[in-house]
Amino acid sequence: MASTEEIRSNLAEIVNEIAGIPVEDVQLDKSFTDDLDVDSLSMVEVVVAAEEKFDVKIPDDEVKNLKTVGDAVAFIERAQNG
Amino acid sequence: MITASTGSQYAGILGIGSYRPRRAVPNSEILEQIDSSDEWIQTRSGIKERRWASEDETVLMMSVNAAKEALQDSGIDPSEIGCVIVATVTHLYQTPAIATRIAVEVGAPTAAAFDISAACAGFCYGVAMANDLVRGGSAKYVLAIGVERLSDITDRTDRGTAFIFADGAGAAIVGPTDEPGIGPVVWGSDGTQHQVISQKESWQEVHGNHNWPHLTMDGNPVFRWASFEMAKAAQKALDVAGVKAEQLDLFVPHQANMRITDAMRRTLKLPEHVKVARDIERQGNTSAASIPLAITAMREAGEAKSGDLALIIGFGAGLVYAAQVIRLP
Repeated sequence: MASTEEIRSNLAEIVNEIAGIPVEDVQLDKSFTDDLDVDSLSMVEVVVAAEEKFDVKIPDDEVKNLKTVGDAVAFIERAQNG
Repeated sequence: MITASTGSQYAGILGIGSYRPRRAVPNSEILEQIDSSDEWIQTRSGIKERRWASEDETVLMMSVNAAKEALQDSGIDPSEIGCVIVATVTHLYQTPAIATRIAVEVGAPTAAAFDISAACAGFCYGVAMANDLVRGGSAKYVLAIGVERLSDITDRTDRGTAFIFADGAGAAIVGPTDEPGIGPVVWGSDGTQHQVISQKESWQEVHGNHNWPHLTMDGNPVFRWASFEMAKAAQKALDVAGVKAEQLDLFVPHQANMRITDAMRRTLKLPEHVKVARDIERQGNTSAASIPLAITAMREAGEAKSGDLALIIGFGAGLVYAAQVIRLP
C-alpha cells in the first residue's frame, strides 16, 4: 500500500505535468484553486490522471470536496483501502 | 432478382468551402450580459472573439455560400450532386428539411436531400454517410454541410455558455476517387449522458412565449468525456485507417474549447510537426460547422495544403461522436 508521502509525491508530478506547478509547491495544506491556481478544467484533468495512476474512481460529485492536496491524498488513500 | 447498386471502390473529399458571418463579437460584448471577465473566458475556452450571424445570414444563406465555395473547389458541376446532407440543430423548422432548399439554390434541384441531427459531430456524421453513399452507388457526388446559428439558441445571460457558441457554415463535396480518401469512421453515442448538453426547454414549453429554446451545458463532465474518451476514439480512427501519428499533417478536432483541444493533443501524444486547428480563438464554437471552418482557415493561413492527411473528430450533445482520417482536396 502506498504511503501518504508516496501518494502526495505522485500527485505532485501529475499536477506539475498538467498545470505546470513546481512539484515542491504541491504540499498537503495547499488549496488547488487558491494556492496552486489549478482551475476547474485542470482539476478534471488531474482527477482523470490520478484515477489512472492510483487505480481508483473519483466521482464528479466528489471532486468539489477535494479542496486541498491533503483532501485528495486522503480520498485516494481511503479509495485504495476500501 | 433485384439488381444491386454498385458504387465507386473508393471515395474522398473533392472540395471544401465555408462561410463566416461578417460580424465579429468580442468578449467585451458578451460581458455586457454576464458576470465574468475577458481573462476568465480566454483561460477557460481560448476564445477571443466569435462570429454571430446578422439577420440576412440565415442557415440557408450561409449553407449556400459554403456549398458554392466547396463546389468551386471541387470543380464538380452542381447538376451531378445526387444527395445533399445537412447537419444542423439550428434550422428552427422541423419540416421540411433545409437540405431541399439548399439543393435548389446550389443547382442540384432534384438531388435527394435531408437533414441530420448529430450536434457537434454532424459534419463527421455527414462525411461518413456521404462516403458510404458514394461507395454504395446511391449517389455519385454528395454535398455534406454543417451549419449553425447557435446565437439564436444561446442564453446570453448564462455565464457558463454565453461566450462559447457561434455561427457559421462549412461544406464538403464527396465523390469517387482512385485511392481511399476517407478512412473508416469510428463513431458512437452515449445516451446515458444526454442531459449534459441539451436543449433546455421542449418546443411545447416555449410555445406561445415567442422565445426559442436555449442550449444548456454542464461543462466539467463534457470536458472530461471530450478530453479523454474522445482522444481514445481519435486514436482508434488512426488505427483503423492504418495511419501512424507521424504520418499525419493536421489534427482538426471539433472546435469546442481550446482546453479540450490541448488535452486531446496531450493524450494523443501527437508529434510536433502535426498542425493543430485553433480556429476557436476567432470563431467560437460553431458546432457542426467548426471542422470545415477550421480546415478552410488553415488553408488560407498556408498551414494546410492539398494532399495533407488530417485526423478529424466531431463530438457533442447526445453524447455523439465520429472520427475519421481524411485526405484534403
